[in-house]
Amino acid sequence: MTVDIRLTVNGAPVHAAVDAAVLLVDLLREHLGLTGTHVGCETGHCGACTVELDGRAVKACTVLAVQAEGASVTTIEGLGDPDALDPVQAAFREHHGLQCGFCTPGMVMAARELLRRHPAPSDEDIRRGLDGNLCRCTGYHNIVAAVRAAAADLGRDGQGP
Amino acid sequence: MTGLRYHRPDSLTAAAELFAAGDDPRYLAGGQTLVPVLRLRLDAPSDLIDLAGIDGLVGISGDRREIVVGAMTPHGIVANDALVREHIPALAGLAGAIGDPQVRNRGTIGGSLANSDPAADWPAAVLGLGATVHTDRRAIAADDFFTGLFETALETGEIIARIVFPVPRRAGYARVPAPASGFPLAAVFAAETAGGPRLAVTGAGPCVFRLTEWEEALSGGFDAGRLAGLALAADGLNHDHHASAAYRAHLVAVMARRAVAGAAPS
Repeated sequence: MTVDIRLTVNGAPVHAAVDAAVLLVDLLREHLGLTGTHVGCETGHCGACTVELDGRAVKACTVLAVQAEGASVTTIEGLGDPDALDPVQAAFREHHGLQCGFCTPGMVMAARELLRRHPAPSDEDIRRGLDGNLCRCTGYHNIVAAVRAAAADLGRDGQGP
Repeated sequence: MTGLRYHRPDSLTAAAELFAAGDDPRYLAGGQTLVPVLRLRLDAPSDLIDLAGIDGLVGISGDRREIVVGAMTPHGIVANDALVREHIPALAGLAGAIGDPQVRNRGTIGGSLANSDPAADWPAAVLGLGATVHTDRRAIAADDFFTGLFETALETGEIIARIVFPVPRRAGYARVPAPASGFPLAAVFAAETAGGPRLAVTGAGPCVFRLTEWEEALSGGFDAGRLAGLALAADGLNHDHHASAAYRAHLVAVMARRAVAGAAPS
């Protein structure tokens, strides 16, 4: 069954006709060409596909595209661009919060939510906030350092993620 | 192209009618179990009936006597709700221990209860507090709700609308998570209620169950010391590559003592 859906992706209106079984992550990647959102496990474990759905971090492989009807979605492409990175992206680059980079888009999206909940997080807050995201390179140490630095940057600027 | 049909009704009545008309329908709540199950081809329903379009199923209300949680309320909302944190802090703590932040943003209490996973957290709170599950057709006491492995008293097509938790004098929750999944290998919800002490165990058996003999030991006082020496028989408990039945039995005793000792007053 094909379903007509309307939603907002990175601020732009989207109208798509999708099979009822299509995942939100496949709508983003295959229909809209937004391949920054990665597919790791496709079963809700790894967090590589994390996006924001109406302002909350979700795993786009455990949300059907039809469930996003009427919603606002933000992907990694909606944050910054190479000349003007989002503060969390900038902190990941500065502190080398990545090794192969596959998990990074999901880490950044999850980090944004944890920084909204904990503007001045402890390392324990950061690790708990990234509990739903796996890094197979096990590069967690620098990821935590990057999020800690992003919190400090955002705190100095007085702006939230 | 799949044959899967998707519906988004705007009322419980419409949802039940769609269910009755479907060949092999499923209700869809937060989808944190059902969507992966569909991806893994463990289930292939004819119709998905999304409950997200129905008003009144999300939210928390209540007072110092009882807390009412809408069935479609995500775990993360319960975990951070001021009313829940004030009156039943153990309930907020339990909700905040489920899955991970992204799962807590989507997964719902009603979906979890209807699924009755043997290692789910919510059933421990519902049974431990003696809550009542209200559906589109009746009210079901927690003691009657959980009937077996992935089995509940819900009839075909019946929909959970809300859960009413009586506020206890105090309650605590202690769990041992499996390292990778975070699901409890064993967990105990302990509550001192108006009707007496209650201890509910999840993760260890086919579905959540009470330790009624242990509750009697607490009837003279809600004190973990009264549980000293009590042991649970391993017969019938879950066993897998994470933990043997005997180890789970041991964990239940430890978690029961910790849950009672850590119980916070309401």
